[in-house]
Amino acid sequence: MLLNRITKSNFININKSCLKNYFCSVSSGSSTTTSTTTTTTTANLLKVKRDDRFSYLNKDDISVFKKIMNDESGVITDADDLVGYNHDWMNKYHGNSQLVLRPKSTEQVSQILKYCNERRLAVVPQGGNTGLVGGSVPVHDEIVLSLQSMNKIHEFDSVTGVLTCDAGCILESLEQYLEPRGFTVPLDLGAKGSCQIGGNAATNAGGIRLLRYGSMHANVMGVEAVLADGTIVDCLSTLRKDNTGYDLKQLFIGSEGTLGVITKLAILTPAKPTSVHVALLSCDSFDEVKKLLIEAKKQLGDILSAFEFMDRSCIDVVLEHQPQAREPFDSKFKFYVLLEVSGFNEQHDNEKLNSYLEDVISRKMVADGTFASDSKSIAEFWKLRETITESLGKAGAVYKYDLSLPMDQFYNIVEVMKERLAGKNNSMVCGFGHVGDGNLHLNISTPKQKYNKEFLGLIEPFVYEFTSKHNGSISAEHGIGAMKTEQLHHSKTNSAIQLMRSIKQTMDPNGILNPYKVLPN
Amino acid sequence: MDDDTSDFGSFYEADNEDETNTIINMSYKVLVPVKRVIDYAVKIRVRPDKTGVETANVKMSVNPFDEIAVEEAIRMKEAGFASEVVAVSLGPKTVQETIRNSIAMGADKGIHIETGTADLQPLGVAKVLKKLAETEKPNLIILGKQAIDDDANQTAQMLAGLLNWPQATFASKIEVDKANNSVKVTREIDGGLETLSMKMPAIISCDLRLNEPRYAKLQNIMKSKKAELKVQTPQDLGVDISNKIKTISVEEPAKRSGGIKVDSVDQIVQNLKKHALI
Repeated sequence: MLLNRITKSNFININKSCLKNYFCSVSSGSSTTTSTTTTTTTANLLKVKRDDRFSYLNKDDISVFKKIMNDESGVITDADDLVGYNHDWMNKYHGNSQLVLRPKSTEQVSQILKYCNERRLAVVPQGGNTGLVGGSVPVHDEIVLSLQSMNKIHEFDSVTGVLTCDAGCILESLEQYLEPRGFTVPLDLGAKGSCQIGGNAATNAGGIRLLRYGSMHANVMGVEAVLADGTIVDCLSTLRKDNTGYDLKQLFIGSEGTLGVITKLAILTPAKPTSVHVALLSCDSFDEVKKLLIEAKKQLGDILSAFEFMDRSCIDVVLEHQPQAREPFDSKFKFYVLLEVSGFNEQHDNEKLNSYLEDVISRKMVADGTFASDSKSIAEFWKLRETITESLGKAGAVYKYDLSLPMDQFYNIVEVMKERLAGKNNSMVCGFGHVGDGNLHLNISTPKQKYNKEFLGLIEPFVYEFTSKHNGSISAEHGIGAMKTEQLHHSKTNSAIQLMRSIKQTMDPNGILNPYKVLPN
Repeated sequence: MDDDTSDFGSFYEADNEDETNTIINMSYKVLVPVKRVIDYAVKIRVRPDKTGVETANVKMSVNPFDEIAVEEAIRMKEAGFASEVVAVSLGPKTVQETIRNSIAMGADKGIHIETGTADLQPLGVAKVLKKLAETEKPNLIILGKQAIDDDANQTAQMLAGLLNWPQATFASKIEVDKANNSVKVTREIDGGLETLSMKMPAIISCDLRLNEPRYAKLQNIMKSKKAELKVQTPQDLGVDISNKIKTISVEEPAKRSGGIKVDSVDQIVQNLKKHALI
């Protein structure tokens, strides 16, 4: 009885404030305001009508679910408790679900989906609910299927490094499990205190270590998932190499919950580096940033673990809104690069990094710089990069874009937007992100102002068209969710989208899994 | 001065001639001892043989309070009070990196007292520093208030006793009065802030709020790698650093046992009674 009173909404609020402090990668798409509550539902915001195919939830359905769940706490219908599940962490997308189910086993997930499929009840699979494109929350009254109660670690092989666990395991708890064993999760993002590994896989999450370890597509060895009709698909192999038939797990990875519900994962985890060094460099042109990247890959190759960049506007914003932050160098520069190396031999890594730094200094690729091996300074350098999102959010309305662009156009879009928006709404255009992966976070801030449709019109569809023209991606790592279904065509051809539709039709003929997401109407 | 250090003073006589020389000498020299410790973010593990803490392959950094001391000394130089800042560290060859970090921040010279794998204790360190004070003749010795590995908070005080110099510990603000050859130190104490004035040569230990250490510039970091350090041994200085204290065993604190979940208030009461808590 006591446990039920600790409502989910309290829990989510704590997570939100933690996220605001630590979130690193940026959202994309139209806009975000800093107001904490809004009554606009996603349906109204994106003008999405409820699909007539879906039935409405009734009392009989709830009795059936209660029987399947066998545990009262797994079935949530109380209005207060539903709030947290119905909106995303940015408080931008609000749905209207009347029911949250929290199964404890794959078998329960199977029974739930089988029933929903027969009854034509729409379902939103939800992990840590930390997504940035409204993919994890209902648009209308879809049932929320939360994986949070499925959080056991099953097995760890210390020779292969393969970890087998439930989809609802929180990323940080996996890291805490692996650390004393000398291993680490191959991905790292600001939301690690709340995001779940199943969601990370379903969204093919990127993060700051992708440069070193690759994406989820590379690191997931096996998946156990449940299809829309309740069929359990067991592809939970822990093998590094397995070329037997179509690689089905890759379909689920990145599908954003529209092709199946991932219930278990087998992930390849690398050994945890024991020596970490971070260099913070500055230069006056983006050409120099590119040169630093080329040399870093050549000279630091095997120990390079992160290469991020930020422009001067980002530093200004952080200095303005983060009381602990300080100007890193004596002068201000146009670009800043954060370079991290991690390895297993302190001396060897130190020497390699030193040669690299000596080299780039002598070739005048750096205007100024510093480097540190102690945790305190490393954390301070990372904070400069990781608090950009939060600082922009504090300043006013932000229009965020998460793009992949070819290197020769990478920073051009920022300059182009600066020109295009010059003198309008006191706006500030910032560029930062995983330049090592070709992923730019373009953020346009209108300080002290609210979201403005006319201003948005100056940005969209221009940014998407620019990206499309240069064969870039309109969503490098955040996914499509509910936010970018209508922009999908900018980065995928019609034939590709058609093929996606056929796959969706085959795997989920009644379309009950996460409707209104990913594929355009 | 205010602090009574006579406990040690009775064993070692201070050399009063040095004080007179310092007043005539116009170049202010600051000596900053720095210690290389296990990085504060590392999860400490006790060695299975219980002789100490695992240090192999573990990240080491400069003691944060010592870094603050170095920063303060360099600021004194920049303000025109000090003309030379000398960083010194005791330990195996690896501590040279810590000394070089100080040089990269702006220290002029570095001294490495090679002690190999010897277990250093505050009294041994203070004795070495006393000898260095006699040879290097600093006007000020600025130390971090304590090292984060042993939390001893003794070296500055012992050194003051051995040298019979005035000391101000836990400094949160330092103001040099060149004209009067004295220094005014505001220190953080339990009751608030206390301000002391002492004639140099003097000893100051730094607290957290004294300053925020700068990031060493890349070019200076590169230069410091090539800086030549003066290397000496305790034997060279004629100092016996053997320990008077023997560590018998090092253990982890008792692990917290997990809690148990119960299903009703009655069960809570039952469990509390079982564990004799009510």
